[in-house]
Amino acid sequence: MDSPYRVLGPDGRAIGALPTFAKDVDELTKLYRAMVLTRTFDTKAIALQRTGRLGTYASSLGQEAVSVGVAAAMQLSDVLLPSFREHGAQLWRGVTLEELLLYWGGDERGNAFTGPREDFPNCVPVGSHAPHAVGVALAFRLRNEARAAVCIFGDGATSKGDVAEALNLAGVWKAPVVFVVNNNRWAISIPVAKQTAAPTLAQKAFAAGIPGSQVDGNDVIAVRATLERALERARAGAGPSMIEALTYRLSDHTTADDASRYRSDEDVSKHWAEEPILRLRSYLFALRAWDKEREEALLLSCGQDVERAAAAYLDSELQPAAAMFEHTYAELPTDLVEQQTGAVSYLRGL
Amino acid sequence: MPDLNLVQAINLALRRAMADDPTVLVLGEDVGINGGVFRATDGLWKLYGDSRVLDTPLAEAGITGVSIGLAAQGFRPVLEIQFSGFAYACIDQILNHASRLRKRTMGRLTCPMVLRSPTGGGIHAIEHHSESPEAMFAHIPGLKVVIPSSPQGAYGLLLAAIRDPDPIIFLEPTRLYRSAKDEVADDGASIPLGRCIVLRTGRDVTLVSWGGMVKDTLEAANRLATDHRIDAEVIDVATLKPLDSATVIDSVKRTGRLVVVHEAPLTCGFGAEIAARVAHQALTSLLAPIERVTGCDTMMPYPRLEHLYMPQAERIAEAVRRTVAYS
Repeated sequence: MDSPYRVLGPDGRAIGALPTFAKDVDELTKLYRAMVLTRTFDTKAIALQRTGRLGTYASSLGQEAVSVGVAAAMQLSDVLLPSFREHGAQLWRGVTLEELLLYWGGDERGNAFTGPREDFPNCVPVGSHAPHAVGVALAFRLRNEARAAVCIFGDGATSKGDVAEALNLAGVWKAPVVFVVNNNRWAISIPVAKQTAAPTLAQKAFAAGIPGSQVDGNDVIAVRATLERALERARAGAGPSMIEALTYRLSDHTTADDASRYRSDEDVSKHWAEEPILRLRSYLFALRAWDKEREEALLLSCGQDVERAAAAYLDSELQPAAAMFEHTYAELPTDLVEQQTGAVSYLRGL
Repeated sequence: MPDLNLVQAINLALRRAMADDPTVLVLGEDVGINGGVFRATDGLWKLYGDSRVLDTPLAEAGITGVSIGLAAQGFRPVLEIQFSGFAYACIDQILNHASRLRKRTMGRLTCPMVLRSPTGGGIHAIEHHSESPEAMFAHIPGLKVVIPSSPQGAYGLLLAAIRDPDPIIFLEPTRLYRSAKDEVADDGASIPLGRCIVLRTGRDVTLVSWGGMVKDTLEAANRLATDHRIDAEVIDVATLKPLDSATVIDSVKRTGRLVVVHEAPLTCGFGAEIAARVAHQALTSLLAPIERVTGCDTMMPYPRLEHLYMPQAERIAEAVRRTVAYS
């Protein structure tokens, strides 16, 4: 397999030809803003969790380029099926900061997306959403729509049968789907070397007869460019593909995890040198398309957006008890209505 | 009206549903050119081709997941799983996704799919082919579980299931596929889900059953009437979830006695749920302990012994005599 596709080196210098969109500074600053917003959100989410105001939260620290690069390559009419760590992609596609906080705060209203109505909610049972993406893509094909499904999962998911079955099904049906392996090198405490004997995860696509390739997942330009090609291919009816984006999970698995139990600080700090936000910032600085003032203004504006969303989330009223029952079925069956009535009147009496 | 067996009635309902609604798709292993291993989808591929009748790779969990994606996109997939013993591989997809997609998204995405699978023993099939997993599915919130007991019932209930906005497990009693014959009217009329069907009215005892056991239960009731002058009411549950407990409870309030018959193992079988509801809502009407006539808490035996495992009319009749004699 070719070495991972990369446009910017870790120091932010261009080492490959720029794809067309990357010649437009405005496009690059948009990607930069999105990554910074994602990280600002991440920091706030962890702070809220640490102070007892958010549930267990999966940080995306260090992986912003995968999330944002993938989403930036998509059309709004495509459908995203994310794992639980793709806040950057969800924000880009129009899920709001408040919705994200509601979801991670344990409120179903966070999944009722006012933005991308056809996007799937986070998939928590790892990799089990991969066949859904094939179904969504098959629906597009059956209706002759030039749309594609994008399914993001982690390195651990590639060990699962669901992913193997999905790859195989997508290949057979030439389904317009792009699978993205967000390879952050860790599945909680299990490093990729303990996950598989395969030298790459991308090559797992080959057995299904579909193309697989690697991209530097800390290079947002490379991620977006790779996904754009894969998506064009899918929408044109040429079939599915799988992209392995190599990044690194700089944080714990979730706020319930303590990564110091299984990896050293030295290992982690090595990877800070390759992180995606610094990389693009260095590039933009060198182009003189970015400076300290713009950076400060951006941090301020992201901070304000996140604070506003956090305030709205913290102010939101709990749903009433009856909400537990709603949406279980299109129409609640009699026995469930009885349970609902019972629960509501019991709780009212407390 | 033609006399059809149960598998032909299923086929007729699929034809009707596909003709009525272009979003109805049929998919599964061998459902296309081969028409399904039991021929339930016979001829559909010829009528509708690859775009609506999809032969799938051999991947039960995967094709269940694919159906969820299709359903979320507005199709109504009818997925065939060849035998219910192979449907266990689908449970993760059904439980974690199909059943809760509506709830998780507050109705933004829904999952109007039907998973059809043969169920139960009695055809001397190899191991894993005679399972009765209905209670496992009935335990899952957000699902509906339907089991017909006759060709006309299969036709009407399957149409209702396909038209329903929520995911449905539709279990077809394998041994009725060819043995049961009915006049089936292809009138496109569905039979409402969530309602028990009273097949025989009676004063002395309520017999409750579903699927392949309904026939034996009716036979027991007829024998009891002839040989023992016991007048049994027979109720076919038809939809296990949501359960129409009112029909069962009203009946028990009149008869004072309840015998539940099913093929699945006793412990945590769906009979336990029915017994609990009756005990809760009709305790003072009961004149005798509730009886359950069921399979054993064993593995479904290999076919040479399956006739000993499955409740037979005589075993049912004996339980009824016991409950009637109780004082």
